[in-house]
Amino acid sequence: MATQAERLTDIGPPDFRQFLHPLIKKNYGQWRYHEILAPGVLCHVAESGDRLYTVRAGWPRLVGLASVRLMADLAEKYSSGYLRFTSRNNVEFLLADPQNIEPLKQELAAAGFPVGGTQNSISNIVHTQGWVHCHSSATDASGIVKAVMDRLCDQFTEQKLPGKLRIALACCLNMCGAVHCSDIAILGIHRRAPRVQHDTLRKLCEIPNVISSCPTGAIRSATVDGQPSVEVIEEQCMFCANCYTVCPSMPLNDPENDGLSIWVGGKVSNARSAPRFSKLAIPFIPNNPPRWPEVVEAVANIVDVYARNARKFERVGDWIERIGWPRFFELTGIPFTRYHIDDFRYAGQTYARSTHIRY
Amino acid sequence: MPDDNKKTPLLDELEKGPWPSFVKEIKSAAESEPMAADLLGQLELSYQEKISHWKHGGIVGVMGYGGGVIGRYSDVPEKFPNVAHFHTMRVNMPSGWFYTSEVLRKICDIWERHGSGLFNFHGSTGDIILLGTRTDQLEPTFQELTHLGFDLGGSGSVMRSPSACVGQARCEWACYDTMDLCNEITHTYQDELHRPPFPYKFKFKFSGCPNDCVASIARADLSIIGTWKDDIQQDNAAIAEYAAAGVDIQKDVCDHCPTKCMEWDGKKLKIQNRECVRCMHCINVLPKALRPGKEKGAVVLIGAKAPILQGALLSSVLIPFVPADELLETLKELVSRIWDFWGEYGNNRERVGELIQRVGMATFLDAIGLDPVPEMISAPRDNPYIFFKKEDAEAAGDGNGAAAQR
Ligand code: HEM
Ligand code: HEM
Ligand code: SF4
Ligand code: SF4
Ligand code: SF4
Ligand code: SF4
Repeated sequence: MATQAERLTDIGPPDFRQFLHPLIKKNYGQWRYHEILAPGVLCHVAESGDRLYTVRAGWPRLVGLASVRLMADLAEKYSSGYLRFTSRNNVEFLLADPQNIEPLKQELAAAGFPVGGTQNSISNIVHTQGWVHCHSSATDASGIVKAVMDRLCDQFTEQKLPGKLRIALACCLNMCGAVHCSDIAILGIHRRAPRVQHDTLRKLCEIPNVISSCPTGAIRSATVDGQPSVEVIEEQCMFCANCYTVCPSMPLNDPENDGLSIWVGGKVSNARSAPRFSKLAIPFIPNNPPRWPEVVEAVANIVDVYARNARKFERVGDWIERIGWPRFFELTGIPFTRYHIDDFRYAGQTYARSTHIRY
Repeated sequence: MPDDNKKTPLLDELEKGPWPSFVKEIKSAAESEPMAADLLGQLELSYQEKISHWKHGGIVGVMGYGGGVIGRYSDVPEKFPNVAHFHTMRVNMPSGWFYTSEVLRKICDIWERHGSGLFNFHGSTGDIILLGTRTDQLEPTFQELTHLGFDLGGSGSVMRSPSACVGQARCEWACYDTMDLCNEITHTYQDELHRPPFPYKFKFKFSGCPNDCVASIARADLSIIGTWKDDIQQDNAAIAEYAAAGVDIQKDVCDHCPTKCMEWDGKKLKIQNRECVRCMHCINVLPKALRPGKEKGAVVLIGAKAPILQGALLSSVLIPFVPADELLETLKELVSRIWDFWGEYGNNRERVGELIQRVGMATFLDAIGLDPVPEMISAPRDNPYIFFKKEDAEAAGDGNGAAAQR
């Protein structure tokens, strides 16, 4: 191979220093404080007195060349060519000149990219691939996110909530994303045990691996048509798709039984209260593309009840902790079911083990 | 358009509304790229049938690497031949996700030549995701990327691309240089990133303060979260200004302090810094007046993961404080011991957090040579089934009880 000589590998990511705005290079580690000038607009002040302005805009996680190039154009026009992305798929322009803030905001608005996502707003939704790219998905990701954000767009461009509110979506239990610690998590779930495809299983999978992949021991070896294969003890299956991850012949996808669940009250930050997991609010909502109105309603309802009832600074989980879960179900009108009670490992830790009850 | 494949009535619904539309993005790419057009068609079919039309992965990649490419094949290739293969490439992002317009354009040009023209900025681990191309385009794309100075990120049982918050580049609260440490660690372990050496994935995430903007405590096997040891830096004049401007210091600051270690008499704010748990609340509310202390460093926590396989875990404290300038050396030392133990005792597809659950934190500490300290726990055990070690029990039996208390 002729190109072997120039073939580069193991070079690692490029050094970030070459992409830093001169103001950032100069004041690196020397920032004094910051202010939020408007939703989506930050001003960081350095010990030297220098000021750096940031304009944050939301865009879809799935973007095409034209939009990336548009962001490059805008950066060249307004922020000396410097931009970055946040951990929640927002774009940030880094500006030296405050005169550029308004025209940049206007161009972003004209191109359909809302500015916001700071302080007590709903930032962009972190999400996964869904039907756009993954075999494992119980639902699509981008479509639900778009429908939910259409509904909540004002909460992105304003900062009127009691606290920060972070929403995440994952399209199956693998949860490629921090959904399990979100104020509101939308999670795709399967509800049917894998249907073993005996003819391909023999060729594609190693039976002992398939059996040991199951966390509940629901898979055992079986002889089918005189050939070695496996069978699933359906009552023991919790639809986690581990077996499917290791073996393509164990598909769980099922249009009528796949759908969404909603979880609430998780957080990542250590601010005030400790980080914690999201807890089940709604066990199942069927898939209803293209706009999943039931999911949008459910999320908007929780946001609305939280906004009206929580105290200043309370995240969703802090608020529920103060009022108690019975009141949460009462205020949101969400029915409480047997599925809300944990029955997996260490389940007892979530049972009420005191007489502290609010009547 | 006459061709039925090109009609997407369901997806068209998602072009409406105020939030930017991914359908518009795919359509715009589809104007010049047949892969994007067929992606749209196949997605419409999924929306009709409520099911994914991708087959279970396949092993594809670039020469010499065991990860960085997610293989993907359509299960309806006869209908959508341009996405018959539609593999994504993960490209390791620069620390803090900083770019210049120039380098973004060059990435665009490469992807216009070799792929669908679609991206995720960024994937959930932080990589730039180049969404979809054919097998024969992987190697040429990779070569162009490396000549631009970019490399692939991790996938499979490797060290995944570490990520960092913006840190000292633009945040006054950063207690160490998150971006530099992330960059150093990524470069130190290139072999572990590209060639699967582990039972399963391993993630580092670097946050500069307890606000934890990269969610490290929820998502990283090793979470490095900045903090400080001495007193909160306090500017009394600025506090008075906040109060004069109408901030209710008692209600909005002191009353929300989780340890109630702050006192406000209407003029002066007193913080019992020995009681402060560094939760950031007061600093978040009064950024001009209060700042992390001067003796800066980080807490190292271990073991977070999503539910698969045995249930979700948050990271828990492993080292309560490492001074900022000792972080790199400490981490290198620590991970070599952790990876040795995990490599030897971890089961296939067992994250390090699950290994610790299985063997017990105490055994894990013995194995990596760390002494137990009370900062590691929220409370001592409440169950009396203690696995006393034979040596300790025998030593105690000899009347030499001290050994058992070590
Ligand atoms: C007003 C004070 C705060 C400021 C100025 C601030 C600063 C930042 C910055 C610079 C980012 C971008 C980080 C990156 O992408 O690497 C960010 C993101 C984030 N921060 Fe903070 N932080 C603040 C307080 C907090 C608090 C108190 C929390 C949690 C309760 C928090 C949670 C987050 C989250 C979840 C993100 C991702 C959001 C996004 O990218 O849109 N932050 N914050
Ligand atoms: C056992 C658990 C998991 C399995 C089996 C799994 C499997 C997968 C698969 C099959 C894909 C490919 C999707 C596609 O076709 O593009 C994927 C994508 C991805 N996964 Fe996971 N995943 C797991 C957990 C996680 C977790 C916990 C994270 C992050 C904390 C994560 C991060 C990612 C990222 C960054 C991608 C790229 C696409 C995206 O950003 O959504 N994965 N994963
Ligand atoms: S969450 Fe599940 S379905 Fe979604 S991208 Fe990850 S593995 Fe695929
Ligand atoms: S889906 Fe999960 S619980 Fe069900 S058989 Fe497969 S591995 Fe076992
Ligand atoms: S984690 Fe802390 S230091 Fe890092 S960007 Fe967020 S607030 Fe700043
Ligand atoms: S950082 Fe948190 S614990 Fe410490 S004084 Fe401020 S509010 Fe109290």
